[in-house]
Amino acid sequence: MTPEITGFSTESGSRRADRVRLYAQPAAVVLIVGAVLVWAFSRDNDEIEAQSIQADVLLRKTWEHLLITVVVAAIVVLVAVPLGVLVTRSWARRTAPLFIGLANIGQAAPALGVLVLYFLWTGQDGLWAAALPIALYSLLPVLRNTITGIESVDPAVVDAGRGTGMSAGGVLLRIELPLAVPLILAGLRTSLVLAVGTATLAFFVNGGGLGELVDAGYKLNRVSVLVVGAVLAAGLALLVDWLGALLEEYLGPKGLS
Amino acid sequence: MADTAERAASGAEIQLESVTKRYSGTREPAVSDVTMTIPAGKIVILVGPSGCGKTTTMRMINRLIEPTSGTITIGGEDALSLNADDLRRRIGYAIQQAGLFPHFTVAQNIAVVPGLLGWDCRRIDDRVDEMMELVGLDPAEFRRRYPRQLSGGQQQRVGVARALAADPPVLLMDEPFGAVDPITRGHLQDELLRLQAELRKTIVFVTHDFDEAVKLGDKIAVLGDRSAILQYDTPEAILANPADDTVAGFVGAGASLKQLTLLRVRDVDYRDNAITAGSEESPAALRKRMTDEGRTYALVLDARRRPERWVHVRDLSSATSLAGVGRPVGDSVSTQSTLQDALEAILVEGGNAVVTGGRGEYLGTIDIRTVTDTIQQLRDEHDGGSAAP
Repeated sequence: MTPEITGFSTESGSRRADRVRLYAQPAAVVLIVGAVLVWAFSRDNDEIEAQSIQADVLLRKTWEHLLITVVVAAIVVLVAVPLGVLVTRSWARRTAPLFIGLANIGQAAPALGVLVLYFLWTGQDGLWAAALPIALYSLLPVLRNTITGIESVDPAVVDAGRGTGMSAGGVLLRIELPLAVPLILAGLRTSLVLAVGTATLAFFVNGGGLGELVDAGYKLNRVSVLVVGAVLAAGLALLVDWLGALLEEYLGPKGLS
Repeated sequence: MADTAERAASGAEIQLESVTKRYSGTREPAVSDVTMTIPAGKIVILVGPSGCGKTTTMRMINRLIEPTSGTITIGGEDALSLNADDLRRRIGYAIQQAGLFPHFTVAQNIAVVPGLLGWDCRRIDDRVDEMMELVGLDPAEFRRRYPRQLSGGQQQRVGVARALAADPPVLLMDEPFGAVDPITRGHLQDELLRLQAELRKTIVFVTHDFDEAVKLGDKIAVLGDRSAILQYDTPEAILANPADDTVAGFVGAGASLKQLTLLRVRDVDYRDNAITAGSEESPAALRKRMTDEGRTYALVLDARRRPERWVHVRDLSSATSLAGVGRPVGDSVSTQSTLQDALEAILVEGGNAVVTGGRGEYLGTIDIRTVTDTIQQLRDEHDGGSAAP
């Protein structure tokens, strides 16, 4: 199916280009990250650099970064999909602009601002203090695409579902949501990329992540540390985007194309 | 479960009593005070212009739209007091462009209602195959296909199979053949009639195509604004004698021609007084018979009494044998043919068409007078009966 995608999508439009990208993207990431790591480990590191550029530190920071991303993704899916479903029910349709508006504000506000404001408001720090505001920041694509996805299901198909005796819940679970999955996944992929990028700011609230390396490299004037942190973060974003593409490729409903 | 299947084996009567649908915020009701009885085992067509409320009326029967007031009974049971989902599982539903679930295979689509009714997998599997055979789709080939991989006509067949899967007594069809090309539509209509001859469901069929209504309907309800019933009668009666100008307008030009499609040659008084001769008869003898009766044409039959050629009395004077004289019989019609086919044959043959029986044997001839007399007779009949629609 080539649905009219009115929500967010990172689709390039051509299936052949998508295929090439499916193989080329991870290969490029491995190549570039590998090259930078080889360069960083083989050069003459001073004591300060050596503190950061060692396997267990890099692994831990990457892991923390990934953890934030996963938590954010989980929050986004658990909040945005049910919310999207809710506001497409006929009795709640009028509230859709309200929630879209809120999510818009969340995304329009600078991520760093949302992060710091949340910290100042609650006084908490750590993983959750980073994940919650980042989730708010990256909620919109999934929310909007869930709504668009459900609304773009052919009304005749929904009518046929009700007409054959499916309950309202049955139509939602067996017809509307499965048919909206491609758009929801496209939204999730955008959200994930936003989340990986924004997670580099988590160190401001003690959330860890690769942002710490960038920060340390900058403050201590060690370019190698800064470059390793930045390249790892960029590589991770590209990998997550690639994973999103894989999900879209294999989790979508069958029979649509 | 066995008892529902048995009860469902043939149609149930549907009664609408003062059914009205009023949407809030509109002054006029969408459907106003409709009362009609849809007889068990018949195809009733709701036909009318777009926006007249025919679809709304139909959708109130399975309560996709809840009536504002009035009662609906199906097989004597009050439809409005049942759980709406349960009710719909007992009513087949087929819509334009089939409304198939695009992410379900053909088999999954057909299995929806049996699945909702909690049939076990074996029974559903068997039923899916049976339904696919019934609508003329080979299960081995089509079971695992998705709707997108089917032609429009095949999708409609799956739509009908899905509607029939749980063997409901009642079938609602909302312009089910509206979106396919005319040739495929014709095939699907023929097939529906074939299925119906076997299944005897009560079918409520919505269309805006009057020709389709004439072809399929046992009865036709012509609806006007707010679903007001302008005329509710057999296709023959509506064609012969439209209740008012609106119905006449809807029937359209060529009502008499449409009527011809409803009548078969066996229903009319065709003549069997043509002079016939076997090919072994001598031309002179035949010529004498013809001049005695004052006829100019005779029909030569073969050994099995099948019509072979027309001979003119002039041809006979010089002929030595009946073999090979005259003009071969072109188009002939059987007793099963419609009067429309007969008219076509009459026009081609130039005045008379030969009527043949099941084995091609001569039964009589039909001419333009027979056709016009029949139409006239129908008009007179329905004129007299128009007081009681």
